[in-house]
Amino acid sequence: MSNTHSIIAEEVYKHFGSVKALDGVSISGETGKVLGLLGPNGAGKTTLVRILATLLKPDRGNVRVDGIDVLRHKQQVREIIGLAGQYTAVDEILTGRENLVMVSRLYHLPRAQARLRAAELLRQFDLIDAADRPVKTYSGGMRRRLDLAASIVARPNILFLDEPTTGLDPRTRIAMWDTIRTLVSDGATLLLTTQYLEEADELADKIVVLDHGKVIAEGTSDELKANMAADFIDITVANPEDTNKASQLLQVLSSESPHTDERRGSISIAVESGAQSIAEVVRLLDGEAVSIAELNLRRPSLNDVFLSITGEEIVEEEAKPKRRGFGRRSA
Amino acid sequence: MSQYSASAALVPGSSHSSAFQRFLWNFSDTFVVMRRNLYAYQRQPELLVFATIQPVIFLLLFTYVFGGAISFSTGGDYINFLLPGIIIQTILFASANTTVGLSVDLSKGIIDRFRSLPMSRAAVLAGRTSADTLRGLFTVLIMIVAGYIIGFRFEDWGSGIMGLALAVAFGYAVTWISATIGLFVKDPEAAQVAGFIWLFPLTFASSIFVPTQTMTSEWLRTFAENQPVSVIANTVRDLMTGTVNPDEIALSLLWIAGIVAVFLPMAVWRYARVASR
Repeated sequence: MSNTHSIIAEEVYKHFGSVKALDGVSISGETGKVLGLLGPNGAGKTTLVRILATLLKPDRGNVRVDGIDVLRHKQQVREIIGLAGQYTAVDEILTGRENLVMVSRLYHLPRAQARLRAAELLRQFDLIDAADRPVKTYSGGMRRRLDLAASIVARPNILFLDEPTTGLDPRTRIAMWDTIRTLVSDGATLLLTTQYLEEADELADKIVVLDHGKVIAEGTSDELKANMAADFIDITVANPEDTNKASQLLQVLSSESPHTDERRGSISIAVESGAQSIAEVVRLLDGEAVSIAELNLRRPSLNDVFLSITGEEIVEEEAKPKRRGFGRRSA
Repeated sequence: MSQYSASAALVPGSSHSSAFQRFLWNFSDTFVVMRRNLYAYQRQPELLVFATIQPVIFLLLFTYVFGGAISFSTGGDYINFLLPGIIIQTILFASANTTVGLSVDLSKGIIDRFRSLPMSRAAVLAGRTSADTLRGLFTVLIMIVAGYIIGFRFEDWGSGIMGLALAVAFGYAVTWISATIGLFVKDPEAAQVAGFIWLFPLTFASSIFVPTQTMTSEWLRTFAENQPVSVIANTVRDLMTGTVNPDEIALSLLWIAGIVAVFLPMAVWRYARVASR
């Protein structure tokens, strides 16, 4: 399997005190493909990435990257991986160029080659204009790009991107997707973690859904969505007392029963085609004099995937207690 | 876009490099990290300015406020007694910077980047301690200039420079203690306090400001006479005032080597643990 799979984790356990951050997780990322690790905050995504990237020791389990045992040969693994974490790991005081030269030098590139590589990356990541400004003047998107550039200085075969777009505005996020796609088209194997179904959908060849330190589903994006409707329509009725009545009326539009919240007067229905169904929704409710306060059409979210897999909504919680003074991040 | 795996590896991997080459990387990695830390002082000159003004103010206050009273017991010009001592004090206090700087780094993502690189494990720490030692040297040079203005004189430039080198070497050893503390404390705010607090008894219960024989409590005097800060301060003071005492120098070097031998491995061990939680 290690010939065709560059990223392998088998039965990995990691506990922080009483919290099971990883509870027997196995994943495998096919060489040259993108493996998406999807899950809410605290699912264990970052913990798994940190273990694969040599930063954290698991309690139990096997981890191999490009056929190399990560626990035994850390330094060797570090030569072939790139890591861009959830929090940008660049120096604020240095300029973008100095950051990249520094990282290149720490990969032991000769000075002249380090400078060339930095210039090349600045061009590639569209940071030429800001190259000689301190990073503290950069926008969030620019920092992420610089961080990504730093992670591929050594042209790694294997790249770990931990929530590369969390906290970015939608436009910057889409630009980031393009950048990531280009990296992968050059042949690197990528492990990407994300909280966004849409992102996994856009970028990943295979998706592993993680929750509470366990793999709860895996497959291609299509496989995961196979038993899920294409679109969702969220309706809020003006009078919450109409919720059940509206829910019964709308039942005919969907093969699944609508999710309702009587207190807020909201109904969510899964439909084959949102554009066609939305007119029906209005017609049906209007016909019975149920007035609508709000009407939204949307693509399935991570929450909907969770609903269809586990029947439960995502419960947001921290998987790990805040660690002492170091790396404040959720797993 | 760049070419991936198709082309030969860009990075000289450790598996293909000689042991000697890997040994040399310890130094080049340290140098790279040291430069990064020095940039911080260059970009925020106010840090350096205040770090320099403070000891100069100490020097002036002690010389003119206490100088008259203390010169009875030092038997001569207090400035010649004081300046070598204040140099040691400055170097000790500057090392608190290592504690703070390291704990700031640890609270940010940059350490994760360093740790995911195939670089020397000790370089992050050694780059920090050597940058802070250079900063200490700069401050000390300014103080000698200030001292000269108010009447300090080296008896002999050769031994004076030896004294200076010994002071800086001691400063380097102490930054490893500070680094170890920085790796044990919770966060940058706590590091501000933890970095300084242990320095006060060592600085004041020593021969830095006053001759130890003036201390009235016997156990305090015994401590003050034998603790490393006094040993170093006495040696540096002798060297700067023209006395070369080989036994004293040997004892000082032993202390310096001992501190590094204990705290360097402890800091490296602690760094590996702290960073892999």
